[in-house]
Amino acid sequence: MTSTTAASPVLEIHDLRVDFRLAATTVHAVRGVSFSVAPGETLAVVGESGSGKSATALSALRLNPEPPCVYAGGHILLDGKDLLTRGERELGRIRGADLSMIFQDPMTSLDPLQRIGSQVAEVLRHHGGHSRAEARAAALSALDEVGIPDPERRYRQYPHELSGGLRQRVMIAAALVARPRVLIADEPTTALDVTVQRQILDLLVQLQQRHGMAVVLITHDLGVVAETADRVVVMHRGEAVETGDVHDVFARPEDPYTRRLLDATPRLETAG
Amino acid sequence: MTATAPPLLELDALRKEFGGRPGSVAVDDVSLTVHEGETLALVGESGCGKTTLTRLLLRLLEPTSGTVRFDGTDLFALDAAALRGVRREMQVVLQDPYSSMNPRLRIVDIVAEPLVTHDPRARGRRGRAWTRQRVGELLEAVGLDGTILDRYPHEFSGGQRQRISIARAIGLEPRLVVLDEPTSALDVSVQARVLDLLAELQQRLGLTYVFVSHNLAVVRQVADRVAVMRRGALVEVGTAHQVFTAPAHPYTRQLLDAVPIPDPVKARRTRRAALAGDEETAQAGDGKTGDGKPGDGGTAPRPAHDGAR
Repeated sequence: MTSTTAASPVLEIHDLRVDFRLAATTVHAVRGVSFSVAPGETLAVVGESGSGKSATALSALRLNPEPPCVYAGGHILLDGKDLLTRGERELGRIRGADLSMIFQDPMTSLDPLQRIGSQVAEVLRHHGGHSRAEARAAALSALDEVGIPDPERRYRQYPHELSGGLRQRVMIAAALVARPRVLIADEPTTALDVTVQRQILDLLVQLQQRHGMAVVLITHDLGVVAETADRVVVMHRGEAVETGDVHDVFARPEDPYTRRLLDATPRLETAG
Repeated sequence: MTATAPPLLELDALRKEFGGRPGSVAVDDVSLTVHEGETLALVGESGCGKTTLTRLLLRLLEPTSGTVRFDGTDLFALDAAALRGVRREMQVVLQDPYSSMNPRLRIVDIVAEPLVTHDPRARGRRGRAWTRQRVGELLEAVGLDGTILDRYPHEFSGGQRQRISIARAIGLEPRLVVLDEPTSALDVSVQARVLDLLAELQQRLGLTYVFVSHNLAVVRQVADRVAVMRRGALVEVGTAHQVFTAPAHPYTRQLLDAVPIPDPVKARRTRRAALAGDEETAQAGDGKTGDGKPGDGGTAPRPAHDGAR
């Protein structure tokens, strides 16, 4: 969460169009969305269900199932190179190494049959260049860095032995162990209790500052946006209806939908 | 809601242990009263026992010890027939509008279920016509089109389904409605409208709500009184104003501090203060912001506006 400086963007999305071609109909999930994010910057993509925010996020790693998903237009540039023209092999090298993602529900993203330590180490093994011992040592230090107490013992545990908050920390460790430059976080705290959410948000901010990552935060929660984002993209029905500095968007929303969203957000400090 | 009226609902030293061994106390000697016409919010994080507590107060579960009185009647002393009579005065709306309806039933049959169980007018030769008429009225009361009777749940959005659940809950003109996370599965703009509907129905029908929620910002908006639950026990009960402005228990304060503030200026100042371990700055900062409306940020220039931190 540094202030937005003139650092050049690491990830740029230009006029992205994502369709889902289903048997009877074609759904235009993303209709010409553009944004960019620079190292050390947090960009929040906000919207309600069906707004296309997750389809946009998954597009950045080409994780939408193709078919039915079709990238109908636009560019996704990582360091200026278009991901939409890459083959699956090359994408496999990029995912987890340059671009990483964490999801809402750690229970369904972690393999229930694998020890958590090896799930973190696997990321490094997959990308090569690490011996088993090196990967293990790096995974242990990643678990330690995300605040998992007693990492040596936890390394050998299975996901079901961990609380929701600890599982989310494991996911973050796996996402960050290969030091990606871009982290895409899709509703990372939505399934968590509010006190745990607070800890996870603090952790993400801390790790971002330490490693200078670009973070794209997908969320429906304007409170989370206000706390963490530098810039905001508001999505509605597949379009980016408003993009701007977080302070401007909250203080002077220009789009009527943004205004409606802000008005509908319940607040602790309402006069009651 | 005068202070002298006897409470509609009275829980006394209610306790529920599961599994029969120590260490599995889901509800730990909870005493609580709810008065006619008020909204009591039950707040807590997952696993704190709030859902078990609501199941006890509806007598969907038998307690290990303690009593629940509804309008002066001890629920656990009633036989099945007498309990059925009381049950029509207590209804429940659940969190998930997708799993709380039988997908194979038409809307008319979903909403009519409590009527068919409890109201003789819904049975017999004329029952069907009466039921359709009544369900149509109920759907209109919750802001839906009265002509959707023969459609199925999958044809409706989450917000519409929650309205259908509410129509089902008010059909018998209950006195108490237990709302278990009624808007947690909904988008914020839909949530706002469902909360408005609940407030309107409460006024119109004189309902008493037990509103279970983990979302403190929603609770702030709807509750007259708040009970904060942790590890099966109540740590604090008070008026919403007391609990939100002057929380007495450290856990309540911890919960309030954790809620993200949908205002970037305030959020960052509060967080910086918290990081610096300087609680007083955070509180003073909050107080100074007056009415704290989001749209008026332009009138109050803040030095930390560049967001650098």
